[in-house]
Amino acid sequence: MQNYLEFLQAYGPRFLDGAVVTLQQTALGTLLAIAVAVTTGFMKMAPIAPVRWVGVTYIEVFRGTSLLVQLYWIFFVLPLFGITLEKFTAGFLALGLNLGAYGAELVRGGVQSVPRGQYEAATAIGMGPVLRMRRIIFPQALRNMLPPWGNLLIELLKSSALVALISVSDLMFESKQINMTTFQSAQAFGTALIIYYVMARCLITPGMRWLEQRLARKLSIG
Amino acid sequence: MFDWKWDFVIEILPRLLEATVNTLMAAGFGYLIALVAGLIFALAQRTPFRLLTLAVRETVELIRSTPLVLQIFFVFYVGPQFGVRLSPWTAGMAAIGLHYAAYLSEVYRAGLDSVPKGQWEACIALNLSVRRTYFKIILPQAIPNIIPGLGNYLVGIFKDSPMLSVIGVTELFHAATAIGAETYRFLEPYTLVGAIFLAISLPAAMSIRRFEDWVRASLGMKRLYTKD
Repeated sequence: MQNYLEFLQAYGPRFLDGAVVTLQQTALGTLLAIAVAVTTGFMKMAPIAPVRWVGVTYIEVFRGTSLLVQLYWIFFVLPLFGITLEKFTAGFLALGLNLGAYGAELVRGGVQSVPRGQYEAATAIGMGPVLRMRRIIFPQALRNMLPPWGNLLIELLKSSALVALISVSDLMFESKQINMTTFQSAQAFGTALIIYYVMARCLITPGMRWLEQRLARKLSIG
Repeated sequence: MFDWKWDFVIEILPRLLEATVNTLMAAGFGYLIALVAGLIFALAQRTPFRLLTLAVRETVELIRSTPLVLQIFFVFYVGPQFGVRLSPWTAGMAAIGLHYAAYLSEVYRAGLDSVPKGQWEACIALNLSVRRTYFKIILPQAIPNIIPGLGNYLVGIFKDSPMLSVIGVTELFHAATAIGAETYRFLEPYTLVGAIFLAISLPAAMSIRRFEDWVRASLGMKRLYTKD
């Protein structure tokens, strides 16, 4: 126990620095994932076939290959095409593009779960398709898809550990470095495990619950 | 700019395909561990011992909300600190197996919970033994709800297997990285890895969906719910 306190005193700040980078990666990845999910989700529902194909292809490719492969592809292969990315950028880019493909299915599922009568009622009072989606359909879809988005965000937080493999100095990377210098594996990796757990349980889960409640109040159903 | 070399592809393809076999083996073994350990996790949460239930519940939550790579490193490096030396394969299988066991236990749990309460009560009323309750009444109703989740995680474990390369399990991704390091060509190896993954996971996902429908049909059930 005494040993562990000394260990924390010596390396605690580095764990915290790493945790901050992890949170940055997660936050930027989330923003990108939302944008990608909404875009490709709607593309998959588009009435024009070629648009639909592009959406479907994107979703299947990014869900069918693994995130690690995509991350390495973006970081090591894209430079060959003249696009060199900072490792930090490559990290959250891969996260957002990958998890966005999973989110697209949630967006589609959410929108399609809104009852038909809602569409008909909106049309009957003279709303155009865009206004109808924005004011009537999407807010209700949002309510249906928020809970699974919570799971997706935890998934994103966990996946962000992979950016350590392209040497972004996140929590995973720091714990690996500390393990290599101290050989105290249980302490190094154990501390990181606990920090990840706390971030998921005390940040994302309550955050999503708060959002759900807020949305419910806004739609005056709660 | 786009210097894709086909003869290089042909040169490295046999090596990548060989490594693919390892990837499939890793996913398969890991999945078997997950199936069994997941069932233990799920059943342990249904026992009357509150302390055990609580401990298992928390363990499952911890495993589910922390990164798999970190768990792989943890299992691989913490053992030697206490004098247990694990090979990359053993450590990798244990880590990925336990990780997915936590997910699968939730699938089992949801499946068992989806059986209406009245069915359990009827079993008690008819004084059926625990064994008959599960095997004759509950499981046949729970299984069709469990299978979609199980299938999704089979594809999931396959897609997560590249993470095993971090501790030196010689699977597909590891082989591609090795080729890249030897030849300084990353375009073909990593692109091929992506293509191989796609070529396996898409048909796999499709046949799992078929299998689901077949199980439902053969148990004489309609589609109870759709996943998305």
